[in-house]
Amino acid sequence: MAGILVYALHDDEGNFNKNSLGALSEAAKLAGELGTEAAAVVVGDVSDEGAQGLGNYGVSKVYRAKGVAEGLAQPIVDVMAKVITDNGYSYALFGGGLLGFEIGAGLTARLGAGVTMEVTAVKVADCKLISERPILQDSQIADVGYVSEPGIIIGRLNAFDVKESGGSAEIVDVEVELSEWSTKAEMITRGEQRGADVDIEAADVLIGGGRGLGSAEGFDACEDLAGVFDNGAVAATRAVVDAGWYPYAAQIGQTGKTVAPKLYLAVGVSGAIQHKVGMMNSETIVAINKDSNAPIFEFSDLGIVGDLNKIMPKLTEALKARKG
Amino acid sequence: MKICVLVKEVPDAAVQKRIDTDTMRLDRSGENNLNPFDTHAIEAAMQLKEGGELAIDEVVAVTMGPGSAQRALQKAVALGADRSVHLSDDALAGSDVCATGIALAKVLESESPDIVLLGQQSDDGECYTMGAVVADHLKMPSLTQVVAMKVEDGKLRCERQAEYGYDTVALSLPAVISVGDAINEPRYPSLKAIMGAKKKPLDSKSAADLGLAADEVGEAGSKTSVIALNPPPQKEAGEIIEDEDTAETVEKIVNWLDERKLI
Ligand SMILES: Cc1cc2nc3c(=O)[nH]c(=O)nc-3n(C[C@H](O)[C@H](O)[C@H](O)COP(=O)(O)OP(=O)(O)OC[C@H]3O[C@@H](n4cnc5c(N)ncnc54)[C@H](O)[C@@H]3O)c2cc1C
Ligand SMILES: Nc1ncnc2c1ncn2[C@@H]1O[C@H](COP(=O)(O)O)[C@@H](O)[C@H]1O
Repeated sequence: MAGILVYALHDDEGNFNKNSLGALSEAAKLAGELGTEAAAVVVGDVSDEGAQGLGNYGVSKVYRAKGVAEGLAQPIVDVMAKVITDNGYSYALFGGGLLGFEIGAGLTARLGAGVTMEVTAVKVADCKLISERPILQDSQIADVGYVSEPGIIIGRLNAFDVKESGGSAEIVDVEVELSEWSTKAEMITRGEQRGADVDIEAADVLIGGGRGLGSAEGFDACEDLAGVFDNGAVAATRAVVDAGWYPYAAQIGQTGKTVAPKLYLAVGVSGAIQHKVGMMNSETIVAINKDSNAPIFEFSDLGIVGDLNKIMPKLTEALKARKG
Repeated sequence: MKICVLVKEVPDAAVQKRIDTDTMRLDRSGENNLNPFDTHAIEAAMQLKEGGELAIDEVVAVTMGPGSAQRALQKAVALGADRSVHLSDDALAGSDVCATGIALAKVLESESPDIVLLGQQSDDGECYTMGAVVADHLKMPSLTQVVAMKVEDGKLRCERQAEYGYDTVALSLPAVISVGDAINEPRYPSLKAIMGAKKKPLDSKSAADLGLAADEVGEAGSKTSVIALNPPPQKEAGEIIEDEDTAETVEKIVNWLDERKLI
């Protein structure tokens, strides 16, 4: 059997991650084209109902390792390596996020496997999978094949659409002996929310603030500007969230939220791929950045090359005046 | 105790990166620099050494790359590393993630470090994977994307952002940690350190020195192959305004938004 194995990530309440569900749907579609089957791996406290429910996304089997905790990559490498080796899976697929990178990388080493990451699409040729992997800041797309099995595919955030098929999956409980080094990292707290609980997903206009704002105080100007619009809010990059300048709940991108407002106005944001994937579906994108080579200008509808400290206050004033 | 820091030479940020379509490899002929993320890894090593909670005797910079990569090692030494190791061999050219991981793990093994630090991503490869790859080969616990790290009860207490918020994880040593750029502000090397860097020990190693078989590394050992390179879907280029007279710029922005009924 030459199936595709997908890691399905869940939170502490047992809710599966949307990107994992997308990866399941994609795997089911590809498996259909390859004439094989797709299966999922889950770890931790996943109910029978929860596990069977993954069949709704097209997988026929769910391997469940109850004794292994969710959240750290290395024990999950042990589980997936065993499932792949025992059952002869040809590919492992991960949705966008962070753990998929770590688990996929671990499997690469463990199984001597080829890996592609940030994959935006997967296609079938000669009964094999080929990854489309954007490189050099998305300036080119490489078609990458695997010279041996298994092949590891780590998807980009939102690359794969979730499709419900209405099926139910068979549960296979697995016992896995963990590697000695996989038990040497201990999760102390998981998924801590830092800063206020703000809602950016409902806003029509988002002012996205980045490291170019220079300090936490820089966000005051963003809030003034957002306040001018009818349903405006302020969002942030990971760089400023990591720096403690703005709450995590406002973060857009790979390990934050995905948004699609009518207007996204980026100030002092470079437009790194991990940020772009969270906001590229905004209807209109405007960027203010002093660096004319900033990647954000590659996908902005309007780009302003200049100092945000000069432009933003005046823009807020002018918009206020226009609204009367 | 010993810390090894993995560092990589990458094309300078200002260089337009391109793939040589004959070899399907990155053209490295232009200006090169030390991968910016790796300067944060060196700084993290220096802070552990200077912090004193762990008795760190030396910090060793390690790279795999062509002859020119020695300059990246010299920069790492100027930033504080005590010495460096350069793995260089024609047989290593064209290594993918899998093959690079095998080679780097072999050099690291020969140094038996207590801590391995690296950047979360290389500016050219942007693979985000090397930390977890070498950790599995070295049989050490690991964490990537770490933005805060301190020593507690002989363990490394690390914080990083994952899918659902911030995770705090304690790792016992030896361990492999890849760091994000929010972890610290790298120091500037002193002129003295820059001048002295060339005098610090630099150990050159070949694949054979490490017992690496020719078919494990390089193109032969790679498990992926680039079949084709295609341009991304064309997107219509946006309008650009250069801010010269800010009052005028602002008026243009307001009109632009107004035309699209976005105000
Ligand atoms: C696995 C992974 C997951 C990640 N997840 C996310 C995520 O969810 N969200 C996210 O945002 N990032 C994420 N990142 C990080 C991402 O790669 C970037 O580091 C981050 O988005 C950069 O944030 P920034 O644009 O604020 O900062 P920088 O990249 O530092 O950009 C600052 C910009 O401000 C400009 N600037 C400076 N001063 C001024 C001025 N006075 N006027 C105008 N412009 C100015 C500069 O020219 C620069 O372009 C992730 C990375 C990885 C590896
Ligand atoms: N050839 C190399 N030599 C030394 N270190 C490397 C090499 N390639 C990658 N690294 C390290 O791995 C990190 C992540 O790189 P990558 O996984 O390619 O994005 C870099 O920041 C370096 O610390």
